[in-house]
Amino acid sequence: MNSLYYQKKLSRNVGDKFFTFLSLFFALIAILPLIYVVTYIFIKGGAQINSDLFTLEPNPPGDDLDAGGINPALIGTLVITTIASIISIPVGVGGGIYLAEYSKGGPFSKFVRFGVNVLAGVPSIIAGVFIYALIVSTKILFGSMYSGLAGGMALSILMLPTVIKTTDEGLKLVPNELRYASLGIGASMYTTILKITLPTAFRSIATGIVLGIARAAGETAPLIFTALFSYYYITGFGDLFYEMGSLAVLIYNFALEPYDAQNKLAWAASFILVLSILIVNIFSRILAAFTEKTKRV
Amino acid sequence: MEEKLILFKNRKRFGIEKNIDIIFKNTTLILSSLVAIVLFGIILVVFFQSFESFSRYGLNFLVTSEWNPVKDEYGAFTAIYGTLVTSLLSLLITIPLGVGTAIFITEDFAPKFVREIVGSFVELLAAIPSVVLGLWAIFVLEPFFRDFFVFLHKFFGWIPLLSTEPAGRNSLLAIIILVVMLLPIVTSISRDTLNQVPKKLRNAAYGIGASRWKTIFSVILPAALSGIMAGVLLALGRAMGETMAVTMIIGNSNAFSWSLLSPGYTISSMLANQFGEADGSQVSSLFYAAFVLMILSLVVNIFAQWLVKKFSLKY
Repeated sequence: MNSLYYQKKLSRNVGDKFFTFLSLFFALIAILPLIYVVTYIFIKGGAQINSDLFTLEPNPPGDDLDAGGINPALIGTLVITTIASIISIPVGVGGGIYLAEYSKGGPFSKFVRFGVNVLAGVPSIIAGVFIYALIVSTKILFGSMYSGLAGGMALSILMLPTVIKTTDEGLKLVPNELRYASLGIGASMYTTILKITLPTAFRSIATGIVLGIARAAGETAPLIFTALFSYYYITGFGDLFYEMGSLAVLIYNFALEPYDAQNKLAWAASFILVLSILIVNIFSRILAAFTEKTKRV
Repeated sequence: MEEKLILFKNRKRFGIEKNIDIIFKNTTLILSSLVAIVLFGIILVVFFQSFESFSRYGLNFLVTSEWNPVKDEYGAFTAIYGTLVTSLLSLLITIPLGVGTAIFITEDFAPKFVREIVGSFVELLAAIPSVVLGLWAIFVLEPFFRDFFVFLHKFFGWIPLLSTEPAGRNSLLAIIILVVMLLPIVTSISRDTLNQVPKKLRNAAYGIGASRWKTIFSVILPAALSGIMAGVLLALGRAMGETMAVTMIIGNSNAFSWSLLSPGYTISSMLANQFGEADGSQVSSLFYAAFVLMILSLVVNIFAQWLVKKFSLKY
């Protein structure tokens, strides 16, 4: 009779409890790093925020106690990610359109999809090595070596797979009825794509691209020997052809400096970088959840 | 008469549109083939740049650990060993952590909002740039683990992997920071796969009297194995190519040591450190190292994709 009741001491029940607590424990460990990292960055970096930070150039390490600001790096990150977006968004969206709208699952599209996945797995530093060999060492860009432009190109290689994938997947989610309706009333293929399917998928594609940009903004490895680093203000378009600083490289360089002032600047730059990336991520997450809810209704 | 005119007009417009249509289609075709061109471009460029070093050292490059720009002798064994050891060991720690967390998220031990928070926290962790994790590792993680490493060496120093005095920056710290970076990948892919396992299987297992964890271990995990494996392989590829955080914390020493407590090197950290200042045949040797890294990550990635295709859920 007793055997019908839940028995705490039965080995299977003890084992079950044990594994449940183990997985709880693992989950706790898994969220610990984010909390730990974010708190530290907010405490250590948040304390450094003042108006000088956004307006001044960084001082070369070891000079004096004052480290200056991160204005050139901040602008540099914006410029370099903009260049990367200008290159990768048209290419990626165009390629994604072909895969989702035109290809019929033949060997070519299979190969391209495979290539997209492989390219996404290429280590980010290899993108830097590639651009170094192609552009920096050959001085092909009007004789300039390290330049913001080269840095943007390296980043665009990393963004490309993300953009293609989100476009491809976003367009695939558009119901076929919309396409049939549009083609049925006599619209051509490109009108259908530009006026019907692309606008329908706009939100999911845009979210994916914005996330890709946020990811690229934090990439360092492709920049350290393409864009290099610069201590000086960015004043005009001509500066695109010279070394350009970025938040990510500033963090890398200044974290390894033995001086406290530079380290503090690295924390401040991390704060700004992480804050903007987290805002973008959380915002797009909320947007995605919202879209899903409206779809269900 | 009038009718014919309209028809004619329609036909003319149709012709232009047809041309635009063809141009549009071909443009997108070219753009999508750019991916393949870039991919092959990368492989070819890195290969040709490494050719000089390749023809001089051959496969010896992979097994010698001399790296001496003065004597012009290059071998990348230390870096290759470092790459493999850090990525494999970090993966070994990440798999139980990540899969365990994924199980926590997909089972119903905790209320839904708790699980959702855990899930999004882990995913947000993936958004933190690796250079920021490196900064955190230098100033927070290293002091945090310092005493622990001393203890580890004192009591387990007889194990070759822990046989040297702990250095300030060492391979073990690199492994720990890699775990932090791989955790989101393994967790989110495992979670997605576990979610796809049909409820029927679980109900059947419960129905014949299996306990919850018996069900998880003997039914759910085996069903999700291929997806989890693919996630693990993707994480492995990521770990091998990961540059910034590792470069900042691994100590960057080309002196070979079995011990994880001594400074080490990985291929990517070697590239990050030396590429900017290298010249002559050192550049070619660095390209050779980059080529090795690329082949390693390509093989892992292609294998992962093959695995996904071959063993994607059959239910």
